[in-house]
Amino acid sequence: MTPIAHSPHAHAPVSIGKVMATVLLALTPATLFGFWLYGWPAVNLWAVALIAAILGEAFVVRMQGRKVRPVLMDGSGILTAWLLALSLPPYAPWWIAVLGSLFAVIIGKQVFGGLGQNVFNPAMAARVMLLISFPLEMTTWVAPSQAPGLLESLRITFFSQPIDGMASASLLGHVKTEFTRGIGLDQALAGYYAPMDMLWGSRTGSLGETAAVLLLIGGLFLIARRIITWHAPFAMLLGVAAPALLFNMIDGNHYAGPMVHLLSGGLMLGAFFIVTDPVTSPNTALGQFIFGLSCGLLTWIIRTWGGYPEGVAFAVLLMNAATPIIDQYVKPRIYGRDRKGVALSVKKG
Amino acid sequence: MKLFDLKGGVHPEGKKDLSAERHIRALPLPKKLYVPLQQHIGAPATPVVNVGDKVLKGQLIASAQGAVSSSIHAPTSGTIVALGDHVAPHPSGLPVPTITLESDGEDRWGMTKVVDDPLALAPEDIAAHVAAAGIVGLGGATFPSALKLNLSRGSGVQTLIMNGGECEPYLTCDDRIMRERAVEIVEGIRLIAHAVAAKEVLVGIEDNKPEAIAAMQEAAQGTAIKVVAMPSMYPMGSEKQIIQVLTGKEVPAGGRPADIGVLVHNVATAFAVQQAIRYGKPLISRIVTVSGGAILQPCNLEVLIGTPVQELIEFSGGYRQPAARLVLGGPMMGQQFTNTNVPVVKGTSGVLALMASEIGQAEASPCIRCSTCVRACPVGLLPLEMAAHIRTADLAGAAALGLKDCIACGSCSYVCPAHIPLVHFFNYAKGDLAAQERSKLKQEATKKLADARNERLARIERERAEAAAKRKAAREAKAAKEAAAKAAEEAA
Amino acid sequence: MLIAAVVSLTLLGTVFGLLLGVAARYLKVEGNPLVAELEQLLPGSQCGQCGFPGCSGAAQALADGSASLALCPPGGRAVMQALANKLGIEADLSGVEDKGPMIAEIREEICIGCTRCFKVCPTDAIMGAAQQIHVVFREACTACGKCEAVCPTESVKLQPIPATLQSWYWNKPQAGEAA
Repeated sequence: MTPIAHSPHAHAPVSIGKVMATVLLALTPATLFGFWLYGWPAVNLWAVALIAAILGEAFVVRMQGRKVRPVLMDGSGILTAWLLALSLPPYAPWWIAVLGSLFAVIIGKQVFGGLGQNVFNPAMAARVMLLISFPLEMTTWVAPSQAPGLLESLRITFFSQPIDGMASASLLGHVKTEFTRGIGLDQALAGYYAPMDMLWGSRTGSLGETAAVLLLIGGLFLIARRIITWHAPFAMLLGVAAPALLFNMIDGNHYAGPMVHLLSGGLMLGAFFIVTDPVTSPNTALGQFIFGLSCGLLTWIIRTWGGYPEGVAFAVLLMNAATPIIDQYVKPRIYGRDRKGVALSVKKG
Repeated sequence: MKLFDLKGGVHPEGKKDLSAERHIRALPLPKKLYVPLQQHIGAPATPVVNVGDKVLKGQLIASAQGAVSSSIHAPTSGTIVALGDHVAPHPSGLPVPTITLESDGEDRWGMTKVVDDPLALAPEDIAAHVAAAGIVGLGGATFPSALKLNLSRGSGVQTLIMNGGECEPYLTCDDRIMRERAVEIVEGIRLIAHAVAAKEVLVGIEDNKPEAIAAMQEAAQGTAIKVVAMPSMYPMGSEKQIIQVLTGKEVPAGGRPADIGVLVHNVATAFAVQQAIRYGKPLISRIVTVSGGAILQPCNLEVLIGTPVQELIEFSGGYRQPAARLVLGGPMMGQQFTNTNVPVVKGTSGVLALMASEIGQAEASPCIRCSTCVRACPVGLLPLEMAAHIRTADLAGAAALGLKDCIACGSCSYVCPAHIPLVHFFNYAKGDLAAQERSKLKQEATKKLADARNERLARIERERAEAAAKRKAAREAKAAKEAAAKAAEEAA
Repeated sequence: MLIAAVVSLTLLGTVFGLLLGVAARYLKVEGNPLVAELEQLLPGSQCGQCGFPGCSGAAQALADGSASLALCPPGGRAVMQALANKLGIEADLSGVEDKGPMIAEIREEICIGCTRCFKVCPTDAIMGAAQQIHVVFREACTACGKCEAVCPTESVKLQPIPATLQSWYWNKPQAGEAA
């Protein structure tokens, strides 16, 4: 006799693959913008990261004796590599992308037991590993609107051709450097901070982190498709903007204002695509709000007082570690019980 | 009227248009009827007929046993041909005790007692009539209705809620009965309200059934009954959820609606109550929706209890194409069955023949903790966490997370992008915990028996030793006496 | 600085060491209550199937860690789970082949009424008298198997309890890598 299937005998038209594909679709505009802005080296880097992730994951899954196809088809490895690529400097050498991708899918994910088991966001773990291990390559930025040809791009990506004369600094890095020279925010920002350019993403920065508006559109698309909820992204933006506004009002020459913070670094990518990673974030709406808010606050603190100019990746990893604690204490109230789980008292009328 | 929010819930595709416009038709009299003795929550009924007996339609053939049980009546006139096991509408596929009745084709009623002015009856008489008619909750829970009336009469009812939610996709049996028999239903509602002295009567109907709402509103004019349109959402028709939406109150965990002064009955139950009291007709038939993509002509049928499901499918034109799965009830909480000889019972609301595309089954993949299930759960549980505990055999951990509060509505399984069979995990765990509880109780009982036996053996041993000691003492005393006598003799 | 650190650490070590010593002396637990608690969890029928002298012997062995959690066949998975919880160790229930609940059944046609079985039954679950057919009370039988061992005609046999609608429940889903 065929085994009797348990109810329900209907299912919403969803699958893991569809969820991942939707997220990739939401990332596409910002990615294409990055390609356009930085030219062929960016494309090379992105492709290398994806290929390394696919091959690396296939290899380890096979070593574990599991079926490779379903693991690759769920699309999570591709998404991880894609997110990592977007957070890399666009002219970084190829091996940065390869190392990062392999670290993300193997150490960051498969070592923990595969999809759904990892504690830390794999893309952010890889980014932090790269930043600490290879500070020079990870902080060599270029100013946009230089478009090397395809051949030259191959030399940049694969033969680490020096990019003298093109080197630039990201806004947050620039501000931090200027502070160490005793120069205030007014002067540091002059000529560097152009709000409209920041909004559209025409600025120095990582491959796909600069297009704030496009990332915002992608994020809103995911919210509309109910892939993510507004809680974590909104809370993260709030967690950065609120202290920024407060301190900017106290001392405008020392603390950058909320718009500078919101539009720079990897905040938009982080808010809509990193802290919303289901695996490493809390289960409940309130938990996600707390998680996002803490990520935002930590980001602002690291940016303002930390040693690194950007803090999104560090903040996310710190809060990933706190996720089980948040889940332990923030639980939904069960029907017919109070918050502590005690049955409601019987009252007449 | 102000409605209250429901947390969670899902919006499955309704699919009600397949059968919603089909008038209720009576299924032709089947040749054989298989009437199980247990069609309700509680103890099975005991047969009061023997093989070979001739029975009339509506005659009692099995009577209720104990406090929670329900009587069963002959669905038509004919001969009892077997008292034995027959396949049950149950996922186990186990055979259950069943009365087999061969129809004589005359469909002749036995004596029926007509009550002209039912509202003049005393409340306890109404409950007695309902009990005698073998009425159980027709929404699917099949709890004996008379018992519910009696329990509520004791505690007082503030709000009587009549459940016309019918939130399961495909099913249109309640929709049709409200459209076509609204006057009878309203009379049934008034009888129930009278039986429990309800202060307020609400009829909750999902707003995807505007015709049913209109029909019920018209029939309820001039009465105190309020017909309320509720938003369409699954599981709106679940007892706890409909109470929450209409009154804003929650049934305390482990409690009953009566604890908060609420009583919920299904609209089809109200019809059965009216038929039982006004015309003396026991519950021997019900409306069943036959639907699904694989059914040629989806329809709503009035079916005698005990009719094999095969007859319903044939009457609906048979299959349009081979069915991937056959289901009794709705797709969210219904049960798959494979043997089309299973009979329609009092709780059967639908017979569905589904295509593979409608089921949407897929191989389960790992949980990505997306917490869609947390948002879908109408109870406020963490399905993903509970399933993770159960998977690693930590049933106690799952219970600590509120497993027992799960209503098994299936919302979490329905939305899970990883296609994890969450409710299956929960029902397995509930069953296993109950089995552990049973064996623990048995173990405590047998331990007492073992202790008693050991004590008894020890006592027997002690008594034997005492007896031996007594004998020895007596012997020694005697010997001493004799010695003393002897000494005295010698001395003398 | 160095001296301050050394002194303070030494002081801390001494104070905590003393505290621990005092606590060990005054909060001492007489005997091992664990054995008694474990014995409470066992069926108490002293059937001896575990190979230890009765349930108290089994409890002693469990407390020593010299016996497996799966030592008690009549107790089944429920007892094993309870023991695991008490001992604070993981019970690998999945590995245990649970034959499911069993019950002694007497085949009446070959029972000679010798009364041996009900004399050995630790829970008085068998009733009968000399030259009379014996019957088993299902509710009291722990399926310890003592009766099966002494029956001269092999009339008593342990049988699985047949599943009923009341005892049936869903199996555990076989969902591969899921959840």
